[in-house]
Amino acid sequence: MPFVTWLKRHLVVIAGLCTLAYLLLPNVIVTVFSFNKPKGRFNYEWQQFSTDAWKDPCGVADMCGSLSISLQIAVWATVGATILGTMIAFALVRYRFRARGAVNSLIFLPMAMPEVVMAASLLTLFLNMGAQLGFWTILIAHIMFCLSFVVTAVKARVMSMDPRLEEAARDLYAGPVQTFVRVTLPIAAPGIAAGALLSFALSFDDFIITNFNAGSTVTFPMFVWGSAQRGTPVQINVIGTAMFLVAVLFVLVSMLVTNRRNSQKA
Amino acid sequence: MSTLTEAPPPLAPAEPAKQSPRKRGRFTPYWLLLPGLLWLVIFFALPMIYQASTSVQTGSLEEGYKVTWHLATYWDALVEYWPQFLRSVFYAAAATVMCLLLGYPLAYLIAFRAGRWRNLIMILVIAPFFTSFLIRTLAWKTILADNGPVVHTLNTLHILDLTDWIGWTAGDRVLATPLAVVCGLTYNFLPFMILPLYTSLERIDGRLHEAAGDLYAKPWTTFRKVTFPLSMPGVVSGTLLTFIPAAGDYVNAELLGSTDTRMIGNVIQTQFLRILDYPTAAALSFILMAAILFMVTVYIRRSGTEDLV
Repeated sequence: MPFVTWLKRHLVVIAGLCTLAYLLLPNVIVTVFSFNKPKGRFNYEWQQFSTDAWKDPCGVADMCGSLSISLQIAVWATVGATILGTMIAFALVRYRFRARGAVNSLIFLPMAMPEVVMAASLLTLFLNMGAQLGFWTILIAHIMFCLSFVVTAVKARVMSMDPRLEEAARDLYAGPVQTFVRVTLPIAAPGIAAGALLSFALSFDDFIITNFNAGSTVTFPMFVWGSAQRGTPVQINVIGTAMFLVAVLFVLVSMLVTNRRNSQKA
Repeated sequence: MSTLTEAPPPLAPAEPAKQSPRKRGRFTPYWLLLPGLLWLVIFFALPMIYQASTSVQTGSLEEGYKVTWHLATYWDALVEYWPQFLRSVFYAAAATVMCLLLGYPLAYLIAFRAGRWRNLIMILVIAPFFTSFLIRTLAWKTILADNGPVVHTLNTLHILDLTDWIGWTAGDRVLATPLAVVCGLTYNFLPFMILPLYTSLERIDGRLHEAAGDLYAKPWTTFRKVTFPLSMPGVVSGTLLTFIPAAGDYVNAELLGSTDTRMIGNVIQTQFLRILDYPTAAALSFILMAAILFMVTVYIRRSGTEDLV
């Protein structure tokens, strides 16, 4: 029974590919339905092919505005979380100090807490302080939950760094600032970049914490949430597809660049 | 849990600060830590205290709230919302098991069998993240539509009769049933299972498999006695990374479920944002946090991977 043996040998591959299909199916649907021309207010049923939405991506009231708010928040949250998180990561790896355990758990806990709990407790703080909910409260919340992820990403990179490189720089009479800028920072850069990318993605796509602390400000995920009740415009799918393509292109180009660099070195 | 992002510490430089001949400022670490930690203390730790205080207040929106140590709020909240609590735990557990069953083969495939396709498959696993998860969750409404091919196939195979019988679906529908919610939860948190599984599988020395084969272990025995035990750190962090967010989620229950599939996240959201009953909402959120911290601690202890955290 060669077929049964073949099946047995490749069972894990087949199962894995099925899971991959399960993961990618919604993306295929999102892309296909960006070319749909729905009859009613909801874009859940296939009607007929049309490129209307692609020709007029901002044709829905308020959608592109919410997209721009989301992008602004994501950029500033990334900048804030990356700076604060990198500082913490360096302190944790490079220095010995009191209360290290407490610091570690304060960084770990936000990652182990259900989002809804963080969202709700932050809202009680803002309500008690009488803060005006909006752009700034969202930004504060996003920096808070991105911080831990940056620390973890940068810490891993700095930990694997050879300390002798910095010693060598100092032996060659580089000052502390010069050593940091010319040696330490370039080596830590991939970790910092990974943390920053993760922050951007987390902030841009965050819904639950934003939902609690946004007041009347509408980010892009909040717009999608609202449209699930009012009616889903095809343009949502256009934005989703475009984001997916841009991101995949970005990853492929960066992979090509690293490959070329590596082959040049070799 | 940190195994997701943390690479194995390769030859960690043993306290470089100590070896360094240069004198470092005694206060430098504190200056580096200060801004970030202040941020976490004010916007993460302090809110927990405010939430605890809100949960024991009484009053109304118009007259304001006062701390009266009204602990009965907790009891009332539990009595009224225990079905939603139980449902959250049950759905999250079901989604976690599904994620493990679906995610393990894919992680195994990437780690051992993908060859030159490895990077491409990794990109395909992460790529869905780049489209807003709400849009992708809405796509499940199309996939599981009442007159769609999936429901049709399940109906023809009489699987829906079976799931109807055990109460996972109702009639000829999948949407607006527990099955749809669990399916959405599984889909949304699957990458959080696959990535830590892959990280721990990838570290396994391939020669161990050869050794097991040389000792006449069948593939299944090799998996059971060698591969799976060695991947336990990944299994533990994967299940935690799936279970915790799934238990607090309200997006899938709202978009794919019905009023009969409301989870505790839905209740907290409505209490906070629509009914504006802050003490009850804060109490519910506090109970959820305590329950999850308790379950996670017990789980980590029992699985014997305490060094994970």
